[in-house]
Amino acid sequence: MEHLSEEKKEVLIQKANDIRKSIIKMLVEAKSGHTAGPLGMSDIFSYLYFHSLKHDPENPKMEDRDRLILSNGHICPVLYATLAHAGYFELEELQTLRKFGSRLQGHPHREFLDCLENSSGPLGSGISQAVGMALADRIDRGDKTIYCLTGDGELNEGQNWEAIMHAAKYKLDNLILIVDRNYIQIDGFTEDVMPLDPLVNKFESFNFKVIDINGHDFDMIDGAIRKAKNTLNMPTVIIANNIPSKGVPEWENKPEWHGKAPSIEEGEMALRELSKISN
Amino acid sequence: MINKELKLNPNIWSEDVEKIAIRTGFGEGLLIAADDDESVVGLCADLTDSTKMRSFADKYPKRFIQVGVAEQNLASVASGMAAMGKIPFITSYAMFSPGRNWEQIRTTICYNNVPVKIAGSHAGVSVGPDGGTHQAIEDMALMRVVPRMVVISPCDSIEARKATIAAAKTTDPTYIRLARNNTPVITTDDTPFEIGKAHIVYDEEGAADVAIIATGHLVYNAILAAKELEERGMKVIVCNMSTIKPLDINMINELVKDSGALVTVEEHQVLGGMGSAIAEYVTSHNPVPIEFIGVKDEFGQSGTPEELVEHYELGVSHIIEAAEKVVSRK
Repeated sequence: MEHLSEEKKEVLIQKANDIRKSIIKMLVEAKSGHTAGPLGMSDIFSYLYFHSLKHDPENPKMEDRDRLILSNGHICPVLYATLAHAGYFELEELQTLRKFGSRLQGHPHREFLDCLENSSGPLGSGISQAVGMALADRIDRGDKTIYCLTGDGELNEGQNWEAIMHAAKYKLDNLILIVDRNYIQIDGFTEDVMPLDPLVNKFESFNFKVIDINGHDFDMIDGAIRKAKNTLNMPTVIIANNIPSKGVPEWENKPEWHGKAPSIEEGEMALRELSKISN
Repeated sequence: MINKELKLNPNIWSEDVEKIAIRTGFGEGLLIAADDDESVVGLCADLTDSTKMRSFADKYPKRFIQVGVAEQNLASVASGMAAMGKIPFITSYAMFSPGRNWEQIRTTICYNNVPVKIAGSHAGVSVGPDGGTHQAIEDMALMRVVPRMVVISPCDSIEARKATIAAAKTTDPTYIRLARNNTPVITTDDTPFEIGKAHIVYDEEGAADVAIIATGHLVYNAILAAKELEERGMKVIVCNMSTIKPLDINMINELVKDSGALVTVEEHQVLGGMGSAIAEYVTSHNPVPIEFIGVKDEFGQSGTPEELVEHYELGVSHIIEAAEKVVSRK
């Protein structure tokens, strides 16, 4: 993995901003979908697809690519937008999100869009699938990194903890879990709906290497991924403390933006906000 | 009379007909499939011995994954392994897999379209003393409603072995239904088996009065019932429907044409099971009267397998009664 230079960091910041703008545009057009999570995860997606992931948009099925499992499928606008910006398909296609016949299903379906590694939506099963991939790659003596992105509200699901125990038992150091710790879920704040804190201690007690970061700081993201890749004999979780709806101050940290799309006017306002950050 | 072409067990009429558990055949088949293909892996949720995965686990420890008592994780880990080119077999009791992990099977296996093979052991009330919580009698219904899932219900241990070997060679998500108890060996190594193909195990020359379509170990009861019905002057065909999905439509058409009346026999709820699948097809193509042998919207309970088969009206006398009734309805 190349060194994260200041110049490259600027590129990643710009990409993240482009991704956010695409998210707003596609959600306004779709008239439904999730806003807060995608905006909050844009920096991490920018880093992964434009810096750390081994992948090739020209050859999506490249055998030795890294695998990225999105567990919380409802944040797929950020995945779709990132894939388009990375060159997997044209940006115009983003405007088909959630429409009949679109490859961009409301929740990701890999049969519609074959560059996806998995279909998801029902919460809590992504870590298990990533564990399966990590186990298979170990059997094959591969050197892939298996990334799994999950929400925090999603960790209410018991299956995650089955998978977390499993990953630790098998010492899956080829697995990097990234939790979108944004403290919101559909019904409100995570700590009101079903408290998760102290999340760091929970993962530590499950024998994970835990790295707690600000998910909008590219130096911290870079440091965490490097540390995770250098960790041996245990899986790593990066707890990315993210601001839901990051980039649109009016919507930040507001649970009501978890599961709704902006209106045309709200979308225009958001795009103006994002243009202040960069063009 | 027994269909000689199928080369069934010659001791089938003997009182001491050999009895082997259907799950045993799965264990043998898994080992053969694993010997043949190194992409075969096995995952178990803390029931390695009783689901007969032990000999595979001992021979191929690196290809065996012990998941612990976590059936949801079991299904989705297998999905991930399958996405990387493995052919995973997952085992637990049918009550827990596919019982507890139905959504994970639907989404991460079938919706994802990956070749995971689910072996659900201890299906049916004949699990016996463990009681109703451990007797899966809804599993075929759960599995056959999921798009892409192939559902196989072998009649004996030999057929289970063949079904397992055959399942390892397909790219379809597949459910193989297994039973705990020792049950009569109906087939032999030479009996043909193919996924999606039913066989007439007991035949008549010319037209019959009734066709009994059975699945699982109750095929044996169906054969015994046919013999007795024949002695009473009724002409009976018995079909072993070892694949529930996809149904062998050609066979059903033939049976309907040859007999004009059907009895379906399964150790499963009548609701949603093999009988339902057959009725769905027959009523929309060539309707004939059907009687359904199966559990009638009830839970299981403790008892010996024999007591329970009798209590839930799955025995030879019940099949005879149903055959006589359905003929009277023609």
